[in-house]
Amino acid sequence: MTGKTRLSGGLIDRSKPMSFTFDGKRYSGFEGDTLASALLANGVRLMGRSFKYHRPRGPMTAGSEEPNAIVELRDGARKEPNTRATTAELFDGLTATSQNRWPSLKWDALAVNDMLSPFFAAGFYYKTFMWPKAFWEKLYEPMIRKAAGLGSLSHDPDPDCYDKGFLHCDLLIIGAGPAGLAAALTAGESGARVILADEDFLLGGRLNAETGLLADQTGAGWAAETVARLRAMPNVRVMARSTVIGAFDHGIYGMVERVSDHLAQPAPGKPRQVLWRIYSRRAILAAGATERPIVFENNDRPGIMLASAMRSYANRWAVTPGQSVAIFTNNDDGHRTATDLHAKGVKVTVIDTRPDAGVTPDYQILSGAHVIDTAGRLGLKQVDVMQSNGETRTLLVDGLGVSGGWNPNVHMTCHQRGRPQWDEALAAFVPGGTMPTGLIPAGAANGVFSTHGALSSGQTAATQALNDLGINAAAPDLPQAEDAPVRIVPFWHVKGARRAWVDQQNDVTAKDVKLAHQENFVSVEHLKRYTTLGMATDQGKTSNIAGLAIMAEVAGKQIPEVGTTMFRPPYTPTAMGVLAGRSRDADFRPVRKTPSHYWAEEQGAVFVEVGMWLRAQWFPKPGETHWRESVDREVLQTRKSVGVCDCTTLGKIDVQGSDAAAFLNKVYANGFAKLAVGKTRYGLMLREDGIAMDDGTAARLAEDHFVVTTTTANAVPVYRHMEFVRQVLFPDMDVQLISTTEAWAQYAVAGPNSRKLLQKIVDPEFDISNEGFPFMACGEITVCGGLRARLFRISFSGELAFEIAVPSRYGDALMRRLMDEGKEFDVTPYGTEALSVMRIEKGHAAGNELNGTTTANNLGMGRMVSKKKDSIGSTLSERPGLNEEDALKLVGFKPVNKDNRVPAGAHLMTKGSPVDAAHDQGYVTSACYSPNLGCHIGIGYLKSGDTRLGEVVRLVSPLTGVDHDVEVVSAHFVDPEGERLRA
Amino acid sequence: MHDLKPLTPLGAHAPRVDKIGPVTLTEIVSVALASVAARLGAEEATREALSDLLGAAAPAPSRHGGGTLSALWTGPDQWMVEAPIDSHEDLARRLSEELGAKASVTEQTDAWCRFDLTGDALPRVMERLCAADVGQWQGGEVQRTTIDHLGCFVVCRDPQHLSVIGPRSSAGSLHHALLAACRSVF
Repeated sequence: MTGKTRLSGGLIDRSKPMSFTFDGKRYSGFEGDTLASALLANGVRLMGRSFKYHRPRGPMTAGSEEPNAIVELRDGARKEPNTRATTAELFDGLTATSQNRWPSLKWDALAVNDMLSPFFAAGFYYKTFMWPKAFWEKLYEPMIRKAAGLGSLSHDPDPDCYDKGFLHCDLLIIGAGPAGLAAALTAGESGARVILADEDFLLGGRLNAETGLLADQTGAGWAAETVARLRAMPNVRVMARSTVIGAFDHGIYGMVERVSDHLAQPAPGKPRQVLWRIYSRRAILAAGATERPIVFENNDRPGIMLASAMRSYANRWAVTPGQSVAIFTNNDDGHRTATDLHAKGVKVTVIDTRPDAGVTPDYQILSGAHVIDTAGRLGLKQVDVMQSNGETRTLLVDGLGVSGGWNPNVHMTCHQRGRPQWDEALAAFVPGGTMPTGLIPAGAANGVFSTHGALSSGQTAATQALNDLGINAAAPDLPQAEDAPVRIVPFWHVKGARRAWVDQQNDVTAKDVKLAHQENFVSVEHLKRYTTLGMATDQGKTSNIAGLAIMAEVAGKQIPEVGTTMFRPPYTPTAMGVLAGRSRDADFRPVRKTPSHYWAEEQGAVFVEVGMWLRAQWFPKPGETHWRESVDREVLQTRKSVGVCDCTTLGKIDVQGSDAAAFLNKVYANGFAKLAVGKTRYGLMLREDGIAMDDGTAARLAEDHFVVTTTTANAVPVYRHMEFVRQVLFPDMDVQLISTTEAWAQYAVAGPNSRKLLQKIVDPEFDISNEGFPFMACGEITVCGGLRARLFRISFSGELAFEIAVPSRYGDALMRRLMDEGKEFDVTPYGTEALSVMRIEKGHAAGNELNGTTTANNLGMGRMVSKKKDSIGSTLSERPGLNEEDALKLVGFKPVNKDNRVPAGAHLMTKGSPVDAAHDQGYVTSACYSPNLGCHIGIGYLKSGDTRLGEVVRLVSPLTGVDHDVEVVSAHFVDPEGERLRA
Repeated sequence: MHDLKPLTPLGAHAPRVDKIGPVTLTEIVSVALASVAARLGAEEATREALSDLLGAAAPAPSRHGGGTLSALWTGPDQWMVEAPIDSHEDLARRLSEELGAKASVTEQTDAWCRFDLTGDALPRVMERLCAADVGQWQGGEVQRTTIDHLGCFVVCRDPQHLSVIGPRSSAGSLHHALLAACRSVF
């Protein structure tokens, strides 16, 4: 069928034929075709079914504003629904499928909706599916979604990758039509850094679709030559297939570059698309204009398209939109299409609403006439015209071009709530109001429609931008071009039309707009939401104005009085994948690995994500079938002999300066000023409001040097807090902070044999006996024959324990050495589960207890908040509400029946009291099975808990069906006197 | 001399090298790092002492420079000093001795991983990674920025040689991001 409607000429490469399929049928086209132009060239006009009524539809436009020709591209995991055939670049092997039809595009069963249209007027589902209420979610909504739909997803992961990136320029030029090219030439020759972006794969905008000359060149020829000149300039970046989708703050624009959409699949490692964030000092909006249709009876048949689209198909893609074509227009631009088609041998008749449309020897012009109906179920066959003399006339045509005037593409000017202004002469909205800072509209986007006007307006805009930036503007010669004035008599819709489509993508008719008015949805925002006008993926690019015009007419107002709707980013539909970029699946966020990670992997460790960290959770041994077996073994072995745990993830902050101690005295609630060099102290940090923020230790390595540790989760918040305190609250203190979390591999070595193990690796000149290195000592030492290290005698497990730190690159080797040297003690590595079990057994608070609602008083550390000094949060911690008599206190819980669990999150009730929130006595924060006690245990907060030891309370968790008795005990289940850790 | 064997940030015994088109991506483990932050009131003295050590002016904001010892600016009156690890494994201790009470010095060698990109068209790689305007750099610039969600320093040794210095524990993720960006372009 190729060639049936193909003309000569055009900007397609006939030496590069391409084969593609649509709904399984094979066709061919050429390089330079879009899917729509190639289908039209093959005589295929029917490309889709409409959203609601399943009306047969063909392309209305030749660009990204297309509401009708929406298809699924590709298949398998790469299937992409809702893609415009008018912008899909043809490639060899392209597979396209029509959507929203069953069983086929030609015979669509749901076209019955069209017959039932009286029931489907605007707001029909609000009125129809009200009862019974329960049916909405389960029945009505799924039914409506299935019937009224767009394309379908493959449900497979997208196999392609997407990049995000950042670009910088003096001047961003949005659109490479005549205005954009003239601006780029001016700025490029001035030496400014320029980005010229256009959504099309062929730059030139309307120049590629028009026959008018620029000096003695074709428009397309001048565009190609200018683009080549620009590409040769090192300061100009020319970006085709690149859609600027939004204007954001401070001259930042979002842009999607379709790197590989025109290929069957991206080259290996190459992204499908790139989302660019452009930092511009100035921007020129040269996005052109969109022609708008006129609303009349049955104006949506395949074969009816915008007159300018017909011109594009004929001139750029060498496709005739029909063998016999009518043009329905209210302005001079419609006649251009007639002239161009006539020149290509197409029979043309012009229907002009203006009574004085003139005459031409080339084709017939029906002045003062309008279209009153059309016919042709799957494609246009005839047009009925009401002539100026009141007589109707039928034209047997297979194409109807419609021109209702042009709308400047003001979208980007609205992205920061700039409201376009009505231009009476153009009968269109032009940019106005508060525009994004530094954005200058030019050319057709600014209502300057002639080619000459666009060129000079582009140059003027560039000169203005360059002057703003203090760059001397060059003034390159621009070619002479047509400078026709805009002659238009507004004509929005044919009165009396019933089934006349305003918004073709969302199937909104003139009748729906009138109904909205009748039902008092008169505000333009209500009109939009009630009828869904302009709410489709095209954002009403071809429909909004007609909707406003009809609303204005029925309301007896002028269009600007009715208002306009705003446009939001993105300018055209944007794939979710490109918004995610590389941050998906395993790369969703970076991973942090501990220094012993590779060794732990070799041991078969089971890892857990702790923030971005991967930590070993436990180390299964052969024969262990349940995680509890591994964890119980690690706990028992550590308490019996010695265990080693990687605790590098705890935050480490280096605090130096002559005021370091005074500074810590401010950030910690307890005193630090008198801490001796070579000693470590447990510290509690409060928030300004008196709530506990974090706990940890601070080791004093020198008079003016501390190392503070934080919990893993709070490493960053605590560092941020301390920087805030340093920079903002106490800028007069001499203190310097830097994170050293990653610099040191730090291992807890815990258990009665921990000293013996460490003595094997700590160099002999360092005395780590109980006398030489008592509980809470710290010091800088060397290990393994001279490697510098830090040793801290601190214990989270409650055992005799140390933490030893070496430069991170030696962390792996140190772990291997500890395991080798520890064989004689049957050393075990332990993971975060065993760590947690041992700290619960010891009653040490962790993140579960420091949960953002608890105070030092709740934690049983009220006396730690020093009254002798002022520290952050100390004053507000004294608020009466935080210090009531029956305040929550941290205590332990043991089940009365040893077989029962003590689940974290369960609530506590006094025996015999009702089980409700009003009688709540507290809750369990942390729980585990204690292999040492042989039962489950928990710690948590209980009202006046410290005075209720021995009481039996009810543990209740209605969610998990728990309801049994537990005994209130001290939170220190193991070694409450602390003898072990001081041994 | 101790007998512990170090691991590279990527978890191997030798640094990794990847060649992607005209770009070479190299894991660098031959440099010791230490932070220097001037004590309150000793800002000028620290700057002078640091300049003496570097044999060049202490770098201004967003700059780096020096000789065998070089430094990059990391914040007001704060620098990161770089030196060959073979000769300056104990860089922090030596700096601390030199600077005395004028400045706070902290060992940072193992807090970071470093990947160097060498070759042509590096701005095209970097524009997929961070918001720094690398295309305008002539050499001597440094920028703290975010790459793959990670806080990094990008240092321009010369336009054909950049260093990306990022958190050591995420070396694998950072390397993957750099490699992916190189492959996107070349």
